[in-house]
Amino acid sequence: MREVDLAIIGGGSAGLSAAVSAYDAGIRSIVILEKGPFLGGILNQCIHNGFGLTEFKEELTGPEFAARFIAQAKERNIEYHLNSVVSSLTKDKVLSYMNPEEGAVEIKAKAIVMAAGCYERSAGAIAIPGDRPAGILTAGQAQKFLNEQGYMVGKRVFILGSGDIGLIMARRMTLEGAKVLGVAELCAWSNGLNRNMVQCLYDYDIPLYLSHTVSKCEGKGRLERVTISEVDERKQPIPGTEKVFDCDTLVLSIGLLPNNDLLNNLGIPQGRSRGSEVNERLETSIPGIFSAGNVLHVHDLVDNVVEEARVAGKAAAEYILGTAEKTDNDIKVIPGNMIGYVVPGYVSSKGEGKATLKFRVREPSKNVYIVYTLNGKEIKKVFKPVIIPSEMEIQSLPKSLFNGESGTLTVSLVKKEEVK
Amino acid sequence: MRELICICCPRGCRLTVDDELNVTGNFCPRGIAYGKSEVTNPTRVVTSTVRINGSDLAMCPVKTSEPIKKGNIFKCMEEINKIQIEAPVHIGDVIIHNVCGEEGIDVIATRNMEKI
Ligand SMILES: Cc1cc2nc3c(=O)[nH]c(=O)nc-3n(C[C@H](O)[C@H](O)[C@H](O)COP(=O)(O)OP(=O)(O)OC[C@H]3O[C@@H](n4cnc5c(N)ncnc54)[C@H](O)[C@@H]3O)c2cc1C
Ligand code: SF4
Repeated sequence: MREVDLAIIGGGSAGLSAAVSAYDAGIRSIVILEKGPFLGGILNQCIHNGFGLTEFKEELTGPEFAARFIAQAKERNIEYHLNSVVSSLTKDKVLSYMNPEEGAVEIKAKAIVMAAGCYERSAGAIAIPGDRPAGILTAGQAQKFLNEQGYMVGKRVFILGSGDIGLIMARRMTLEGAKVLGVAELCAWSNGLNRNMVQCLYDYDIPLYLSHTVSKCEGKGRLERVTISEVDERKQPIPGTEKVFDCDTLVLSIGLLPNNDLLNNLGIPQGRSRGSEVNERLETSIPGIFSAGNVLHVHDLVDNVVEEARVAGKAAAEYILGTAEKTDNDIKVIPGNMIGYVVPGYVSSKGEGKATLKFRVREPSKNVYIVYTLNGKEIKKVFKPVIIPSEMEIQSLPKSLFNGESGTLTVSLVKKEEVK
Repeated sequence: MRELICICCPRGCRLTVDDELNVTGNFCPRGIAYGKSEVTNPTRVVTSTVRINGSDLAMCPVKTSEPIKKGNIFKCMEEINKIQIEAPVHIGDVIIHNVCGEEGIDVIATRNMEKI
């Protein structure tokens, strides 16, 4: 069996960035395995701009951002295999992949970086009553068809879910001549970024129906009609509030989930982000297996993805070289009031420097404090005039605040009035 | 009088811009600059795709090299949709010069697409 130092699962922005950082930390035996026909991952189909403001200090489109990381990997002659699906992984870090040239291959790696990205929740994930005609697809599928094949998925389109990919596709399909009739969002707030609301919906007078859902789909063979209804606090459709739209396509933008089966199958515990639970070095419960990018938690900005993956790539290199600092992982980090998830799940109380925590709130809130408590004692609070679920929060805590104490660190949101 | 949402940061202030270009509702100075330019000369970068022959995909992504006038967006799309190009194409290659007659603004390729 072939042996390598580092195997990276996924050749998207996370996988490429991890490979480059491991190489720069001294590792030469690296293999990237990518399921698709190109390096760069999902960014290749995200042709709009707005990427790279932190990483490159300029506004790039998705393919341009991807091209820079592809170039960095190629400059270093990092080995990669395309059309290569990793189908299994063992605790001993033996992985199997398959591709048309090599057939089925097994390799053993000293360390693994999991960077397999995320997938979209599809129609099966939510129960829409009515018919199941053709013409119902996810925003990412519509994006791939249109931007890579030039194939428009429909002429009269309704969108369910106000996630960014749905908003971006509302504009894109409008520019290509489709009529986008509206966007229905189950929550009472939009789940997209403000800039996308303005540039994708308001610019083209596309209505947004908050607290609404699709309550019925009708059509024989092809979708002909959707009905939307307002929802109550329990998110149930309210009778008598129906609106009917004649349309041939329903695009779903109802959320992304980490594509983490390979690690879940090893019994590695999952965090609330639905990715694996990791420590500060982004290492899972199995030493030498690391995770970064959308497979760890879904990011809204690729700039944060490549930064995170650099941490994983460097940590993997240190693990391989035997230079990794010992981590105690003696503080468990948990999401408290109004916090959806926190990554990492463990930090060490000892050591220099800072612990970087990434998290999302559950609902948009104004005039709140983010409060950090260690074993019930408040150690820090940070005021936020506004905080919204669609923007990931990144904060650093100086380790001196832990005072060497182990235990449980809770991140919560507290209203300004309720803080003494 | 125009009501806008500032898109410069997640706070998303609701701005009001009056006929003398006075901006109110902004929490910070960036909102003033945004409000003024959005009312006097709103512009957007347009991103789209053009048909490409001889590469592994049917479409090559493109963008305007600078933001163009908002009122020109659909005209720009018409020009883009008339074009077909041949592989290979590299990032930054000019596909259309002076799009919509806007001096110095080109439509450029945003993906490297090799000939196969
Ligand atoms: C449809 C969509 C649109 C998005 N739009 C934006 C946007 O506009 N702006 C933004 O900043 N972010 C956007 N994102 C978030 C974006 O995914 C991240 O910014 C970033 O590109 C994620 O990088 P990644 O490497 O973690 O994942 P990906 O880019 O998805 O890369 C994962 C790679 O792993 C490969 N893979 C998966 N499973 C296997 C396997 N078993 N074996 C081998 N290879 C495998 C996949 O083929 C893929 O190439 C979008 C995400 C999606 C899904
Ligand atoms: S005015 Fe300032 S604070 Fe308000 S949204 Fe704009 S940039 Fe943000």
